[in-house]
Amino acid sequence: MTFDWAFFIERIVNPGTPYLNALGRTVTMAVLAMLLGLVIGLIVGFGRLSRFALIRSACAFYVWLIRGIPVLVLLVMLFSGMAAAGLFRFSDIEFLGIKLTASFQAAVIGLAIHEGAYMAEIVRNGVQAVARGQVEAAKSLGMSSWQVNWRIVIPQATRVIVPPFGNDFNHMLKTTSLASVIGVQEIFQVTEAISATTFKSFELLSVVALNYLVLTAIWNTIQGVIETRLRAHEIDRQVRTWWQSLVVYLTPSPSTGERRA
Amino acid sequence: MSGGERRLLVRAVGVRKLFGQTEVLRGVDLEVQRGEVLCIIGPSGSGKSTFLRCINQLETYQGGKIFVDDELIGYEEAGGRLRPLTNRQVVLQRRRIGMVFQQFNLFWHMTVLENIIEAPVRVLGQTVVQARDNAMRLLERVGLGAKADAYPMKLSGGQQQRAAIARALAMSPELMLFDEPTSALDPETTGEVLAVISELASTGMTMIIVTHEMGFARQVADRVVLMEEGQICHQASPEQFFGDQAPARLKTFLSTIH
Repeated sequence: MTFDWAFFIERIVNPGTPYLNALGRTVTMAVLAMLLGLVIGLIVGFGRLSRFALIRSACAFYVWLIRGIPVLVLLVMLFSGMAAAGLFRFSDIEFLGIKLTASFQAAVIGLAIHEGAYMAEIVRNGVQAVARGQVEAAKSLGMSSWQVNWRIVIPQATRVIVPPFGNDFNHMLKTTSLASVIGVQEIFQVTEAISATTFKSFELLSVVALNYLVLTAIWNTIQGVIETRLRAHEIDRQVRTWWQSLVVYLTPSPSTGERRA
Repeated sequence: MSGGERRLLVRAVGVRKLFGQTEVLRGVDLEVQRGEVLCIIGPSGSGKSTFLRCINQLETYQGGKIFVDDELIGYEEAGGRLRPLTNRQVVLQRRRIGMVFQQFNLFWHMTVLENIIEAPVRVLGQTVVQARDNAMRLLERVGLGAKADAYPMKLSGGQQQRAAIARALAMSPELMLFDEPTSALDPETTGEVLAVISELASTGMTMIIVTHEMGFARQVADRVVLMEEGQICHQASPEQFFGDQAPARLKTFLSTIH
């Protein structure tokens, strides 16, 4: 086997503007799709707990349908399928001076629709995990349903939602590579294009694989800090700032996970 | 409030409650005067807690009427018929009634102080400074002045329950409901919670207390009520209630728990 280490390292040290732009596109796509997916997930997740049977059914149907369709198929359907059928054709738009290509929009929306179905289940589970006594206590203090939801249910559900949410974002960072098939110039697509001209595919794919690994590793640390902050109520050390949270997260301590009975 | 002359605070007439096919309350009639401390005792499943929960509408009732300060709870009369109140109206009625739960139910994601100022700030519109001053006074009163910034999970059961009492008091309720406030506590901490409730009773707060603590009921209550199978079957002053002249069925019940 000949692995061109010099080339591999050169690509890491000096990736070039097209690749860096693609990296930006990968991260932006993941973040936007995740945020949009979270919004869909909150609406559909709460919808599944609605008092109205019609809303409950509609939301359950959404989850059932979307979870049964591969993301890749969904992306191609949105971008090429709908255009072919004359239903809808994405076109490039400019937003705050930034050009959003048609394929980028389709990718974000497709990934968000997909993520929304999974987020809905995560949100529903989180809300159902909030103890009934907490809601009753809030009601007995004269809080309105809106206040009970915003001040008690959502903050408490967040503690349950964040770990699986972070897990999904980890997935999302890598799932963005599927957008290459509809022509989004993200890191995988750009890598494929370069490898066609250099024939050093293995080295280039190694670089892109390492890149995904670094992205998920960064995210894992951020997630750990967020989770540490959310567990402030059960940690002995003070975690009021992000810095303290990072220190607590990075310090292995057997006592942090302990709960008082 | 103009009701200085009105002595009656709570009036329940023939209250009925169904859980599916099961009739949990089968016509409860009860009156509570302002400043009175009423203890409800009875076997489990007799409907004591359910009745308490109907008063502040954590449960709905299907028959009879409950009035607090002459205001019908949970319903309004429209064209000779009773119509359930809207959520907004329910919320307004609950503000005047404080409740203390068996499982404390402190908001675990907030510190003790945050727990106490939450409703005064959000519901009553007090400023944070105002609410905090009042909260600190209440915490001193229940002996938790040093625990204001602690999270509930770091407190003992007795401390949590005392904080929960302070939280309910922060809304300046006219009526306090206690749903087995010491049933989840061990004997050592039960005493400290009962002491706080006794102190509150001595200030003239109107209270309805569901309890299994007979000694406490005897000491703190103005009147003791026995509930059985969804009805009130005996009520008397504590002296009479626990005395030698009590009816046979009451003696039977009391002997089962001692």
